[in-house]
Amino acid sequence: MDALDERGPGVSGAGGRAGVSGAGGVRAYGDKRNDGAVQVSFTLPVAKSAVAVEAAKRFVLKMGLREPYVTLAEPIAPDFTYFVVYGRAAHDVDLSAIAASDAAAPDLSRDEIDAEIARRFGRRLVVLGCALESDAHTVGLDAIFNMKGFSGDYGLERYHGFDARNLGAQVPVAEVARRVREDAADAVLVSATVTQNDIHVRHMTELVDMLEAEGLRDRVVLIAGGARVDHALAQELGYDAGFGPGTTPSRVAAFLLEEISRRLPRAER
Amino acid sequence: MTPKLGLSPERIARCRSLARSVAEGVRRETEPYTTVATERTVLRLLGVDGVDSEEVPVPNKVVAALASAGRLSRGAAVWIGSALAGGARDVEEAAARLSDPGSAASVREHPLWREAIAPHVEAGLDRIRTRRAERERRLASHPRDEQPLLYAIVATGNIHEDVVQAEAAARAGAQCIAVIRSTAQSLLDHVPYGATSSGFGGTFATQENFRLMRAALDSIEDELGRYVRLVNYASGLCMPEIAAMGAFERLDFMLNDALYGIIFRDINPLRTLIDQNFSRRINAAAGVVINTGEDNYLTTADAVEQAPAVLASQFINERLAKDAGLEDWQIGLGHAFEIDPELEDGLLYEIAQAQSAREIFPDAPLKYMPPTKHMTGNVFRGYQQNALFALTSVATGQSIHLLGMLTEALHTPFLHDRWLAIDQAKTIRTNARHLAEELRFAPDGRIVRRAHEVLAGAEKILETVAGRGLFDALSAGVFADTRRPIDRGRGLDGVVRRDPAYTNPFLEAWTRSMSGAPA
Repeated sequence: MDALDERGPGVSGAGGRAGVSGAGGVRAYGDKRNDGAVQVSFTLPVAKSAVAVEAAKRFVLKMGLREPYVTLAEPIAPDFTYFVVYGRAAHDVDLSAIAASDAAAPDLSRDEIDAEIARRFGRRLVVLGCALESDAHTVGLDAIFNMKGFSGDYGLERYHGFDARNLGAQVPVAEVARRVREDAADAVLVSATVTQNDIHVRHMTELVDMLEAEGLRDRVVLIAGGARVDHALAQELGYDAGFGPGTTPSRVAAFLLEEISRRLPRAER
Repeated sequence: MTPKLGLSPERIARCRSLARSVAEGVRRETEPYTTVATERTVLRLLGVDGVDSEEVPVPNKVVAALASAGRLSRGAAVWIGSALAGGARDVEEAAARLSDPGSAASVREHPLWREAIAPHVEAGLDRIRTRRAERERRLASHPRDEQPLLYAIVATGNIHEDVVQAEAAARAGAQCIAVIRSTAQSLLDHVPYGATSSGFGGTFATQENFRLMRAALDSIEDELGRYVRLVNYASGLCMPEIAAMGAFERLDFMLNDALYGIIFRDINPLRTLIDQNFSRRINAAAGVVINTGEDNYLTTADAVEQAPAVLASQFINERLAKDAGLEDWQIGLGHAFEIDPELEDGLLYEIAQAQSAREIFPDAPLKYMPPTKHMTGNVFRGYQQNALFALTSVATGQSIHLLGMLTEALHTPFLHDRWLAIDQAKTIRTNARHLAEELRFAPDGRIVRRAHEVLAGAEKILETVAGRGLFDALSAGVFADTRRPIDRGRGLDGVVRRDPAYTNPFLEAWTRSMSGAPA
């Protein structure tokens, strides 16, 4: 049951819940350090019965949680039962072995970003935004682009330093490439909302391939955002950065400022 | 329902009269045209169906052939009728004779085409009447449904999996099941054929998928002791074709917004408004309740600022619906609970908006949409927002309550996400059953003031739109800050100027029945 440590160094087997975990090891926290308290909820495709409840317990035990306590076993359909289960996770995680990071961006206000763009570039930076191919949703794009912005933070259209061009949803990758060329874009923001069957990964990859094939990839900063996007995934797909849910426009703006600055000498050579 | 907001009946009447003039302008501008989708729909109503070996629907083949032969401007019915009068055995053979440009050009107009087609027109009308009567009979056999009707979505992409989810939702208490469409179907200029098991963010709207879900929901009607309503989308480039399929397969609600495709899918304004009218005539004949899409304005723009635009659009949607023969009980005007939950008194503004809609459109089955824009991935907070939404819905007497999902913005709903939503809405509906009867608002309070302000704002917008005409207003970006010129957008190449002798026998039949005594 403890043989769950497939993730390599950093996640130790943590023999029992009594001991304090090693240096850097961190465990889930309920109401005291190292209690490992965890809540999970899930549905099993089984009619509610004593067998179903026991199955839920065993399922949770296999997940590495001890002392499973089933607090809800609700028959939500004739052959389905919904469970909420509390338990204690045996595992700990070594923080010092984790390399993951968010896209680095300085903490700057809109005025500071505008002033820096004027100082460093002496022109407005052209930023294209789009959702690709079959993705018809603009909610993420609008949060970053529209004047109104998101969570009290104004969108890129409000900045003097950006010429923000929102291409909308369902933009074919070839069209993005064309606009990069014709608009001499400095950056492209791709918003991915529809993620069923990993369709977003496919479309995001197609865009990188298209830009590379046309020799445009090095000319633009390429950023992805969306509910199921993070920095690591974006980088893996060949993007410069990825931003997950809750990202404010000013954070994207600050990243654009720094990344375009960093690349500019090379791009204009 | 007792009016509680003290809204001026004169101002409401003036908004209606402005909307009438907007709709009149739309009629004038669209009447000289038909569209490829409208003509494909005529074919479907006549019984043309099926696909060729390359999955191209037969109605598309015929319309494309007639268009390239320069004959579409008379209307597809003329040529089907002529082929029948000229010896085609049935509609299928008539369609086959018209399905390539060469043969479409060689069919001559037959003097007896009207006589030849009349029985097929009658069969199409009868097919719709039969399905409608069947719904009415089923509904009448059960006690009246508790309101607001709980409306759940399924969106697995696979119709067979959708059926599992839909039956579970219906058993848990959902009264309406909407099968969310695969993303981007609105931009297909044909309707896919047959049962489908893969889609993105939803399931393709096909006639076979409609039939499968209808049969599944009918199969549990006796067990539940109630009729479960089925919902799909008459929207996009195939708006009227899907309305026809919905009529044939006894769909009960169809999303049908006059402006949605124009603003949010960049479909050409003329194309949309022509197709919108014909699709609504079909909905009217089928006894379908349309659901309009005003909630969408709020997903991109600010809900507090856009409230007057929502109300203005409701007035326009109402008028265009009535002009297409829909009755009050069929006009499910949409609105949404989308105000930022951080805003002080935001809930009061929501109540003002929902109560106004109820008072201004007292006989419309209002469709109330859940929060989506301010759903952050914090599922606990999302569940709390949905509870406030459900409470507002009950407190203001909404008719159709689209269940909010706590995992909105994360993934398509899991089985238990939907169950949690149904359980929440049922509990609140019962727990606050007679709240609306008890509630009164302070006469000079924030809710009343807000309602008056929004109505005045809507009147201003309607003055602007009536003054310059809807098409001009669309090109100026009056709605949702989006500019849509009349000569741009998808599907414009499918708009065809009518010949003076253009004929659409279904439009004729439904226009006749409108001017006659009510059915």
